[in-house]
Amino acid sequence: MSRPRPIGMLRAAGVLLGKDLLIEWRTRARLNALVFFALSTLLLFSFALGPDTKLLERNAGGYLWLAILFASTLSLGESFRVEYENACMDGLRLAPADARAIFLSKAVGNTLLLVLLGGLLIPVMVALYGVKVVLGVGDLLTTLVLGCMALAAPGCVYAAIANNARARDVLLPLLLFPLIVPALLAATKAMALVLQGDPMDQLGSWFGLLGGFNLIYWGLGFVLFPRVIED
Amino acid sequence: MFILTTAVLPGVILILLLTVGRKYAHLTLPVYALITLGIGHGVGLFVAPPDREMGDVQRIMYAHVPAVWSALVALVINFGCSVAYLFNPSWKTDSLAEASAEVGLLFGAVGVLLGSIWGKPTWGVYWTWDPRLTTAAIMLVAYMGYLALRRFVEDPEKRATWSSVVGIIAAVDLPIIWFSVKWWRSLHQVQSSPKTTDVAFQLPLRLSSYAFLALAALFIIHRYRIAMSERKAEVALPEALPTDAQANRTAGVM
Amino acid sequence: MEAPANALPPAIALHDVSKRYGRHWALARLTYSLPSGRSLLLTGHNGSGKTTLLRLVATALSPTAGRVEVLGRNTVTDQDAVRQEVALLSHASFLYEDLSAVQNLMVLARLLGLPSPGDVASELLTRVGLTRRTDSPVRQFSAGMRKRLAIARLLMKKPTMALLDEPFGELDPAGIQAMEVIIGELKASGVTVILATHLIEQGLTLCEERLHLQEGRAVPA
Repeated sequence: MSRPRPIGMLRAAGVLLGKDLLIEWRTRARLNALVFFALSTLLLFSFALGPDTKLLERNAGGYLWLAILFASTLSLGESFRVEYENACMDGLRLAPADARAIFLSKAVGNTLLLVLLGGLLIPVMVALYGVKVVLGVGDLLTTLVLGCMALAAPGCVYAAIANNARARDVLLPLLLFPLIVPALLAATKAMALVLQGDPMDQLGSWFGLLGGFNLIYWGLGFVLFPRVIED
Repeated sequence: MFILTTAVLPGVILILLLTVGRKYAHLTLPVYALITLGIGHGVGLFVAPPDREMGDVQRIMYAHVPAVWSALVALVINFGCSVAYLFNPSWKTDSLAEASAEVGLLFGAVGVLLGSIWGKPTWGVYWTWDPRLTTAAIMLVAYMGYLALRRFVEDPEKRATWSSVVGIIAAVDLPIIWFSVKWWRSLHQVQSSPKTTDVAFQLPLRLSSYAFLALAALFIIHRYRIAMSERKAEVALPEALPTDAQANRTAGVM
Repeated sequence: MEAPANALPPAIALHDVSKRYGRHWALARLTYSLPSGRSLLLTGHNGSGKTTLLRLVATALSPTAGRVEVLGRNTVTDQDAVRQEVALLSHASFLYEDLSAVQNLMVLARLLGLPSPGDVASELLTRVGLTRRTDSPVRQFSAGMRKRLAIARLLMKKPTMALLDEPFGELDPAGIQAMEVIIGELKASGVTVILATHLIEQGLTLCEERLHLQEGRAVPA
């Protein structure tokens, strides 16, 4: 019978991504809980900030991204808890699976999950805050994807660390939140322009900032993640 | 000539104290700091003229600015140690990283606090979202996270590796934060900060900066020593590889 | 220890290996060489360093001091090459609780680049006797079933060396017998087996060499 031969990094990342998506599918109830959590966050913002519809409308993008951010700490933590139960991460390392492939699969998987979440939240946001998507679906999706990527990549590095430390539920947001401020700023700004119009054509520069941020953080994650999971 | 004495000479002395006179740094640094601080703040409080726009309130700059600069130097040291550790793991590098992060956080917090106190009479508010202040606030939280991580990881090797990773990411992030806030704010009115170009301000500012640097170095040295002894207590250092004699002793205990 | 008689590099070679966890030396200056083609029984009380040794050989850990060589290759500098030859059966099962037995195996099969992963998975499940409940998540498995699935995972890799850390743990007598059969088959097909177990009797029948550890050092058994 055939002897196993090593496969390339991208293909390994694909296999691992498939595995993660399969696990997400088989535990859909967790996904539902995540969506409801994010929805209730959006609701709570409108209660906390009062019925001033103008205010809600102007800041809708911000509330959306905050809801996604809060949900991301849950989804990132869960994504790695699955690996550390039964030492599956060791199992992957020893297969051998390239640590960078593990990073890619986790980061892409979490991005997809957050984009899906965002996609589900947007209609709710439109309804709750009375906004319109002025700039069209293309720009909306670009904003969503770039912002979620910017959350997922550093989130994966930190989730891998936090899962092995004490007070892991507190540590992940504490480490992650200060870090993603630029991404949050840019994504919120971009979303505001998408929802309210972009007379001065600034959207491109915010996409540029998000793109640059993503480049740096996916690159850093690629290089540093192996150090995080190796012993 | 003026520049030579005020800018270069104290710096050279400080470097000498830290390198050649390293063994006695814990004695010489306090003296140096006391002298430079005494002169610097003495001149700053009583001799230098008040700012044209802000008046005497501006004098807080002689503490605020040096504090922030020293914090940045400390955090750069932390970044350097974090990178160095990943290439060449050593407890000394890890201890220096821990010490510089703590001291950087301390001086940064003092700097932000002083800036806040300065802000009230000059801008009317304790806080504003200008790029520097915002970045400083985020920096404080980021390094609090770094120190929290160190607290929460029990295995010393893992703690050193993971805090190096976090230290690198946090440091890389700071300039990005500064740029993005600057961009974000560029649509709004930016508050002006005092220009420190006036010659009369330079002497006290420089001396105070060296004083704060010396203090920061002193604190880092002490904190480094504490961290190294903590490491010794936690870890049987590699130099102390177990010998047969040691094994017989521990076998008796167990 | 005698130098190996054949020209092949030793199966494992430990050169002054030490591993520290905090203040505690799990392995202390251990030097040992297992000749090529021989199987090893690893014994010792809990905490004597057996698991640490197996994990070092598996490249799951790197030594604090000293050098570990597996089949002639350094476990730190040649990590991937060693990982391809060696398979570890650990206390932890490496199984995803939410996936089924087949799905767990197929993840590994795909990672290894095996053609027709589905067939490989089914074959292995038959071999270890896990043909029922194929769709249930591993979460619902008993300890014995998990062990069987874990060994199936190991077999899939077709390793040159199998590291078994307490393979008989949590198994009933029938399970122990089945495991013995599998280990025997591994040996018969030329796999070097390193077995850590408290069941010395089973271990002695299966292995030619023995290494007894106490507090991280080799001592006479």
